[in-house]
Amino acid sequence: MTQRWPIILFALVMAALPLIPEIPPFWIVLLNNIGLAALVAMGLVLLTGVGGLTSFGQAAFCGFGAYTTAVLSTAYGVSPWLTLPLALIVSGLAAVVLGLITVRLSGHYLPLGTLAWSLGLYYLFGKLELVGRNDGISAIPPLQIGSWRMLDAGSIYYVIWAAVILSAVLTTNLLDSRTGRGIRALRRGHIAAEAFGVNTARAKLLVFIYAAVLAGLSGWLYAHFLRAVTPTPFGVHASIEYLFIAVVGGAGYIWGGVLGAVIVIVLKEILQSYLPLIFGGQGQLELIVFGLVLVALVHLAPGGVWPWLAGLLPFKRKPPRVDTSLHLAARPARELPPVLLQLEGARKQFGGVIAVNDVSFSVGQKEIVALIGPNGAGKSTTFNLITRVLASSAGRITVCGTDVAGTTPQEIARLGVARTFQHVKLIPDMTVLENVALGANLRGQSGTIASMLRLDRADEARLLAEAARQIERVGLKDQIDQLAGSLSLGQQRIVEIARALCVDPVLLLLDEPAAGLRHMEKQQLAALLRQLRDGGMSILLVEHDMGFVMDLADRIVVLDFGTKIAEGTPDVIKANPDVIRAYLGAAA
Amino acid sequence: MRCWRGEPALNTTILLFLLQDGITNGAVYALLGLAMVLVFAVTRVILIPQGEFVAYGALTYATLATGQAPGTAMLAVAMGLVAFAFDLFAARKAFRVKTIVRAVAVNIAFPVVVLGLTWGLAGRANTIPVNIALSLLIVAAIGLFLYRIAFQPIAHTSVLVLLIASVGAHLALEGFGLIFFGAEGLRGPAISNAMITIGQLQITGQSLAVYGITIALIVALWLFFDFTLYGKALRATAVNRLGARLVGIRTSLSGQMAFLLASVIGAISGILIVPITTLYYDTGFIVGLKGFVAAIIGGLISYPLTAVAAIVVGLVEAFSSFYASNYKEVIVFTLIIPVLVLRSLTAPNVEEEKE
Repeated sequence: MTQRWPIILFALVMAALPLIPEIPPFWIVLLNNIGLAALVAMGLVLLTGVGGLTSFGQAAFCGFGAYTTAVLSTAYGVSPWLTLPLALIVSGLAAVVLGLITVRLSGHYLPLGTLAWSLGLYYLFGKLELVGRNDGISAIPPLQIGSWRMLDAGSIYYVIWAAVILSAVLTTNLLDSRTGRGIRALRRGHIAAEAFGVNTARAKLLVFIYAAVLAGLSGWLYAHFLRAVTPTPFGVHASIEYLFIAVVGGAGYIWGGVLGAVIVIVLKEILQSYLPLIFGGQGQLELIVFGLVLVALVHLAPGGVWPWLAGLLPFKRKPPRVDTSLHLAARPARELPPVLLQLEGARKQFGGVIAVNDVSFSVGQKEIVALIGPNGAGKSTTFNLITRVLASSAGRITVCGTDVAGTTPQEIARLGVARTFQHVKLIPDMTVLENVALGANLRGQSGTIASMLRLDRADEARLLAEAARQIERVGLKDQIDQLAGSLSLGQQRIVEIARALCVDPVLLLLDEPAAGLRHMEKQQLAALLRQLRDGGMSILLVEHDMGFVMDLADRIVVLDFGTKIAEGTPDVIKANPDVIRAYLGAAA
Repeated sequence: MRCWRGEPALNTTILLFLLQDGITNGAVYALLGLAMVLVFAVTRVILIPQGEFVAYGALTYATLATGQAPGTAMLAVAMGLVAFAFDLFAARKAFRVKTIVRAVAVNIAFPVVVLGLTWGLAGRANTIPVNIALSLLIVAAIGLFLYRIAFQPIAHTSVLVLLIASVGAHLALEGFGLIFFGAEGLRGPAISNAMITIGQLQITGQSLAVYGITIALIVALWLFFDFTLYGKALRATAVNRLGARLVGIRTSLSGQMAFLLASVIGAISGILIVPITTLYYDTGFIVGLKGFVAAIIGGLISYPLTAVAAIVVGLVEAFSSFYASNYKEVIVFTLIIPVLVLRSLTAPNVEEEKE
């Protein structure tokens, strides 16, 4: 990585700060508090800003970390260093239990659910005898290296900020990896991610645990910094404060969490120490001003301060260099059945509406089959049945000889089926390269830990090389480093095709690939699809452009109101009276 | 809201008392839950300041009952001035007399008249209906202006950003609450001091007032949403903002309406409970959250389910304060978790289009 030096510079500045002669000790305390909050906020950035899961419960995880070490080091005399892994494990396990319940909740239930258990846990901390009820636990031993006891704020400062910087580096690494792309795809909904083999439920649980472990680390540090714990800092108000630290700083950015911590904690400190001087000792005036400033901040910068500040910084993120000479291991050669896809009486009912009515057809090897029909004929629903986004109500669908009933979209992807979507499902704030690389998700091996430690680089380079090659193949080489959201809709459809090609599919499902393309682009697309077929791939496509379909398809299946009304070669279909009636009305 | 020490036996008297206590509190939670559902559906704001509406309503009423003018009336005027400035700024490109007249009437004239009435009547016409009416008007003005100032300019942003603004508003209003009402708790006069005894069951007039007003409000909300044009406009906004705008509904007006209703409902809840328990400037938060628990169980969409859930929350609270008073709050707030598990098992696998 070429952008290491800003972090090294930052680490050096932070290391030098306490050495400034006559720096007020109070500043160091403030910096410690900032570091502790930044750790929690960083987890929230990953969870909320990147993964799209809002949590009101992060302070409770700090509580798990802090109480674990407090109980073990006071009541049982365990060394604080030994309690560190235990504190992280306890907060991680708590996250597993709570996560299994909450992470599956969709939309707004998730934040509300976290709010509920966070309140429950707060009261529990205040009532349990084991953790000292509302009085908490005091006289927690300090951290100690050899005979050096870290009693003052200046010594534990180094431990706190080392943890912050280390966590920031590990988190940055994680996001810039195969697993990270899966996490970043979560915010756009689960269908696209699952179509490329991302186990979204697992990815959500992973970020949930990750954020909880960071919070637990913060809690462990907190316990040994203040050397006393009470329930108050682990309540809902604290959780909400962490959330707005992340939002104020910039919820989509790791350093936004750190910046947010600086802004919020310094602001609170200034308000608490100067407002009473100006207005006299009026009670809680700082609360009012703090609330007002908060409202004003989200009005002025709803995206947070970091993206605005990052635009002013002299160093820009360089696009990654991709070495296209690398190759992914090819899909293990296997005997493909002559019929890749077979639908036998496939049916889908939504209440009283029959969207797909006993449809049967098949796709053989090296064949382009078009599925056409007027709007609402059930074409996209058929796609969703094949890829198991929807479960069919009756009938049998087999892919490469495997019955899809009871499988998941991820397993369909693993069978070698890749698809595009009628309504483009790219991640707009990821580059074209990153979006396309998501398609190669199943072809990489590196896991979470390897990604964090950068042990995935060889694997990652091969994935990116494959993505770059597919982008070049569809003719979008010049747009490779642009954000997907900045492309025209037609180009975005082509990006989806490149992403699907990264799966190395045997069967490609394209939902209206030519919509929004110009004439020349359509011809290029047709040429590409023919070339893919001749290379051994089978294609099933939904398309409304009849000229495009008639030129390209080997066979056409026509649906009308969910029912198959015709099947045959383009010439047969063109002459079929039923098809003409369905499209143009009677007697055309 | 009471606790017993030792090992009491559950006899009929205590059972009836607990039931009554639970249902009374549950009714109040139902009102708050309904208000939260309403605001969330229309504006996507999770209304944390709902608790402040409760506290402001209750404490304004209690302050008026002591013959003093509450500071909330001044706050309403101040917020009205800010809201007026916002309206002027928004209208700067298309200055129309009608817009300005409306802005002056709503933002300046309304709170100033309420302040005048408060100053004029405080300590003089000290009757319960007058005090209730004044409290409701004051809190209604605050709710209305709160939406105009804090939420209307960012109505298009994400739920998360709206939530942060909501927290900011909660903190600021709580701070003002401390200034206006002090750290001491207040109690207000009961709406009714009647007492009905049926066998072992003693029903206070206040409980009856709580039930009656809750039922009346739920019926009124139902009539409003099903039979009036404004109600239908609010529902349309809740379903689809863009669609609502396309058919000529002013979504900003829908938002103001939702906040107006929520603040009035909050204030009524506060006035109903302040004769029963002492309220502090910051009590509203936790009371509001219990309404919120009910709203979550109701799925933030269903009014009848929310009402039923609220009664359940009230009953669970009453009985857990009897059996395990130490863990009352823990039990109430973890009550949702089985509900959430159930929901996550039965939730349809639908894709939400975000952003």
